[in-house]
Amino acid sequence: MMKRILSTVAGFVVIGVANAPAQQPASSAPAGNAKAGQALFMKIGCYECHGNEGQGGAAGPRIGRSPMLAFRNFITYIRAPRGEMPPYSAKVIPEKDVADIYAYLASLPPAPAVESIPLLKPDR
Amino acid sequence: MAAKSKMERRKFLKGGMLAGAAAIAQPKAVMAQQSPSASEEAEVLITDSCGSDYMVDVIKSLGFEYVCANPGSSFRGMQESIINYGGNRNPEFITNCHEESSVAMAHGYFKIEGKPMAVLAHGTVGLQHASMAIYNAWCDRVPVYIMAGNYVDAAIRRPAEWYHGVQDCAGIVRDFTKWDDQPASLIHFGESAVRAYKIAMTPPMAPVLVVLDAGLQEGPNESRTKLSIPKLTVPAPPQGEAGAVNELARLLVAAENPVLVADRLARTTAAMPLLIELAETLQAAVIDQGGRMNFPSHHPLNQTQRAAAAVGEADLVVGLEVADFWATVNALRDQVHRSTRKLTKPGAKLATITSGDLYIKANYQDFRRLAEVDLAIAADGEVTLPALIEAVKRLATGDRQRLFQQRGAKLAEASRTTRERMRQAATYAWDANPVSTARVAAELWAVIKNEDWSLVSNYYSEAGIWPRRLWDFNKPYQWPGHAGGGGIGYGAPSSVGAALANKKYGRFSVSLQTDGDLMYAPGVLWTAAHHRIPLLSVMLNNRGYHQEIMHVQRMCNERNRGVDRGTMGSTLTDPHIDFAKIAQGMGLHAEGPITDPKDLGPALRRAAAAVKRGEPALVDIVTQAR
Ligand code: HEC
Repeated sequence: MMKRILSTVAGFVVIGVANAPAQQPASSAPAGNAKAGQALFMKIGCYECHGNEGQGGAAGPRIGRSPMLAFRNFITYIRAPRGEMPPYSAKVIPEKDVADIYAYLASLPPAPAVESIPLLKPDR
Repeated sequence: MAAKSKMERRKFLKGGMLAGAAAIAQPKAVMAQQSPSASEEAEVLITDSCGSDYMVDVIKSLGFEYVCANPGSSFRGMQESIINYGGNRNPEFITNCHEESSVAMAHGYFKIEGKPMAVLAHGTVGLQHASMAIYNAWCDRVPVYIMAGNYVDAAIRRPAEWYHGVQDCAGIVRDFTKWDDQPASLIHFGESAVRAYKIAMTPPMAPVLVVLDAGLQEGPNESRTKLSIPKLTVPAPPQGEAGAVNELARLLVAAENPVLVADRLARTTAAMPLLIELAETLQAAVIDQGGRMNFPSHHPLNQTQRAAAAVGEADLVVGLEVADFWATVNALRDQVHRSTRKLTKPGAKLATITSGDLYIKANYQDFRRLAEVDLAIAADGEVTLPALIEAVKRLATGDRQRLFQQRGAKLAEASRTTRERMRQAATYAWDANPVSTARVAAELWAVIKNEDWSLVSNYYSEAGIWPRRLWDFNKPYQWPGHAGGGGIGYGAPSSVGAALANKKYGRFSVSLQTDGDLMYAPGVLWTAAHHRIPLLSVMLNNRGYHQEIMHVQRMCNERNRGVDRGTMGSTLTDPHIDFAKIAQGMGLHAEGPITDPKDLGPALRRAAAAVKRGEPALVDIVTQAR
């Protein structure tokens, strides 16, 4: 099941709920190499829509930490996206590579608390 | 040849005589100097009677502050009249390095000033350069007043004037201009010049073109009396038919969850308060699609950042000057098999008010897919709002008002949590290198928020872009809207044009300038420096045509034969472009490339100080892709 509701209207992505409880990578996730995963993330274009750290932006939602999809849901989504994301088949990115990408995203440090960033203080 | 020069000489003599005693005296004095034995037949080399002076009188009467141009010989008469006869004031001549820059500057200027800027161009090569920018203005329903020089009379053409001469000058842009003419006399010019202005300014507004025959510009003003200047009366825009407006008010008051969607609604500064009044009276959700600055970004009823949810909940969606209403209530999925789905729930009613229903052309397809609506009011949205507000107020009984208040409270809570989510989302990749686009927006906001700022760039324009998520937009001049036709290269010149309009109000103009856009015609930076146009250009330099990278990636994935070459052909690397050097070379304060987010704040503050001194400045930031 998708945890986040994602939809697009008039060309922009409505980003997912941020303060859902953080999900740890499911234990069923195959072991992956985070460093190789980072290189792949750039090489095969995930960063193009999701940002270099999977932080999300105008062209794709956040897929990095807090929360992360369980590996099964993660790989299922990229094989057969239900929205605008282009599909990544097993031929062009085998499960082992997906595991590396997943490991990369899971390895990223958590984002700093919003209260700790003065520039993000609400104006009023 | 001999016959021709005789004919021309006679024409000039006649012109000199008609211009009066002073005019005759002067040419004679000069003839005497040049040729002591000058006979009566001697050539007249000087005249003070020229058609383009009258053209300037007419242009001045229309109230143009500026005329943008890349100089061209086919309007040399007009240029001389503007600078000498007109004193280079109202209009003042602005030098551009490309006609696309001239038109896009005029486009950006209009978005801030609400009145057109004049543009001069060669009728052939200049208009061809200008055509992309004219198309953007057309798609964006923005009036640009273009005057094109042409040598109509083949008998007087110099060699270059043959390839700078054209039979139907306007033909190349007629599909995306509203009206054009090639006046054959000065009286004809006066009427057409005023008519063109009137047509351009009547909603739906659009660019117009008046061809200035070079013979008419340079030849004498043959009128025996001073030519009069036709009076300009811009027509009142069409208001919605009363019955239909009442029906829309009835639907709005009866709806449980009405959503007001505004796109190119705010034609003038009057629109934003009207939309606020309508929304607050109904406590209805508002989605600002950003074609103009329609609604304050932090207003509790603003649901732009949760637009999909708001449209999904709606039982009535009202499009106010929405360019693409179909895509507001439907989605088209860009996969191998393109499919569509409705975004609204079953039974939701749809209504539109747009001047787009009043005028349409066939060739270029910017009219979008046909939306099946329940009520369509062919009228200008802005001027229809007061009657709609009155009708809504008449129908809103006590019961309905209680419901409105409950609805408003829910919407306020939804927009508050959405804003919270946006702040939270900005924390991800906060310290990343290259810099995240959220970080750029937050750093820049800190530098400008206490200024009387105006974000003059279109920067893709989608609501999902960071400034519109984080910044408090609440004044009509804080956001100019889109390019219209999606023609890249619009951003830099339109920002300079908008900044020029802001200059006299002392506003702090800032643009988010993308790399691919600036590379089209970077010469406009020089124009900004030369004319002392204060503008802070903050580069979002992702070193590529990233939108296209994503398109090609999609093709790679769909075709399943390699997904690691999606960037090929669309990057701007090897060598990296040094935008700070480019800008410095054109006389700007410029810094960069900056990749470490820590360096951002200080660089922005130094550049802002230069802007406050009245100069343009540029900070090149290497950012993430989106
Ligand atoms: C062309 C843009 C694009 C590219 C490239 C792309 N994605 Fe996506 N992705 C999206 C969009 C948009 C969504 C939102 C759902 C949708 O519309 O399909 C999404 C959704 C997802 C989701 C589901 C997120 C959730 O929380 O439900 C995952 C997981 C994902 N992407 C992973 C990846 C990975 C891994 C790559 C690289 C192998 C990648 N994406 C490449 C655009 C893209």
